[in-house]
Amino acid sequence: MKDKIIVENLGLKYTDGTESLFGVNLRIQANRITALIGPAGGGKSTFLRALNRLNDLADVAETSGKVLIDGVNVLDPDLDVIALRRKVGIVFSRPLPLPLTIYKNVAYGLEVAGEKKRAVLDEAVERALRLAQLWDEVNDRLNDPAVALSGGQQQRLCLARTLALKPEIILLDEPTSALDPIATLKIEDSLDMLKEEYTIIIAPHNTQQAARVADRVAFFLQGQVIEYDTTANIYTRPKDSRTQDYITGKFG
Amino acid sequence: MKNNHRYLFLNPKITEKIGTVALTAVAFLTVAPIIAIVIYIIYLGAPAITWEFLTAMPRDGMRAGGIWPAIVGTFYLTMGTAIFSVPLGVAAAIYLSEYAKDNPLTRNIRLAIINLAGIPSVVYGLFGLGLFVVFLNFGTSILSASLTLSIMTLPVIITTTEEALRAVPQSFRVVSTSLGATKWQTIRRVILPQALPGILTGVVLGLERAAGETAPILFTGAAFFLPRLPNSPLDATMALPYHLFVISTQVPGMPIKIQYGTVLVLMMFVLIMNLIVTLIRSRARARRQW
Repeated sequence: MKDKIIVENLGLKYTDGTESLFGVNLRIQANRITALIGPAGGGKSTFLRALNRLNDLADVAETSGKVLIDGVNVLDPDLDVIALRRKVGIVFSRPLPLPLTIYKNVAYGLEVAGEKKRAVLDEAVERALRLAQLWDEVNDRLNDPAVALSGGQQQRLCLARTLALKPEIILLDEPTSALDPIATLKIEDSLDMLKEEYTIIIAPHNTQQAARVADRVAFFLQGQVIEYDTTANIYTRPKDSRTQDYITGKFG
Repeated sequence: MKNNHRYLFLNPKITEKIGTVALTAVAFLTVAPIIAIVIYIIYLGAPAITWEFLTAMPRDGMRAGGIWPAIVGTFYLTMGTAIFSVPLGVAAAIYLSEYAKDNPLTRNIRLAIINLAGIPSVVYGLFGLGLFVVFLNFGTSILSASLTLSIMTLPVIITTTEEALRAVPQSFRVVSTSLGATKWQTIRRVILPQALPGILTGVVLGLERAAGETAPILFTGAAFFLPRLPNSPLDATMALPYHLFVISTQVPGMPIKIQYGTVLVLMMFVLIMNLIVTLIRSRARARRQW
């Protein structure tokens, strides 16, 4: 299996010295769902945001190591971050529609990339909404404000917004933590379909979700990867006692 | 239990009532003088308001006729101030809120802007006289007066605009960036539309102050008496606040209704500005898509 992302010795410190990563090594396979599990504050979000350089917006004091995506080190300061962010999309833990219409939300990424042709945008919006399984619910009110949607619909809209850019990698940072079980299932269903085409990395909001959706699981604890293996191995015969304690619910 | 409420002020129901009544009274006390002033001005000024008063030139040493040149002058000065101060102020606020890093330099810039807001307006007048009228040789003109008023207005516009920009949730910036937008695209497409109502409030607050000021235009552009309309930005002009000062203190035998009529017109001028902006703002809110 091809490694889409190779993370070598990634370290990260914030200016206030809080959450950091220490020498993280991880190889993430293409067209698989990789789950990052572990207690809050373990560095999962920071890790995800290092992959598309969203940490640039945060108060990061120092980043060390390498993140190779298709062989290119994306931490290189000269890198075209706009192109990187189109290639590596992200869905956040809370549904965060932009203060625009449903249509404009999905078309946003393409519009800022300079796409002006209405036909191209229309087609991309429909395709993305269908992939996120939202099209049937919103196709008659694309020009309504996005906030008029329910929380679950908003989160699928955010997924569609990311998909519209045809990224290669999709990061999901606790995408269902604000959703009810039914809305959660819809997102999980979408992910299963999407991995045919995309490389997916998810920080699930509980260990059960990782077990349901992931092919491989990395256990993050205090900024380090303790264990990384197939989902079956992590859940049935973890090698590290801390992994065992976490997945059996002894802490976390 | 009975003893708990022995003292009047320990009874929560009674203290609650006293608090409500006291705070309501204070609220009314603060608006009472304003209402009184407005009623007083309307009472004394309304009889002066005629079509002639609004559209004619002053006659008889300003003791009769209209105040048309002063109305036009204040309109020109306000527009001139807007032309200079709004783009500059909004741009400075965008820089401070979105681009400037938090370091000693920007902290000092902010401090300077806040301090500028506290400078007495007559100081701006003298500054404008020195810089625009004399040094840059614009003369006593609408241009000099507008520039002087702009400098006075800038701090208000900058601080309120910056506030409005900062009130836009950080998550919008993160989301927009994650979708491949540049900083400027994020500002133009998401941040500015969201902040627009707040920015407009700041702009109108600043411009209203400019419209009503006398001291900054006293040495820079206001004419004592000019029985014609200015026909270039380099002309001096009459203006409502200065005209009011002149007819209240400099002209003997001035009918009182003309004085209060002028005040009423100035008040209406500011009120109309307020109304226009309130309208624009509520339309912007209605178009806001969330």
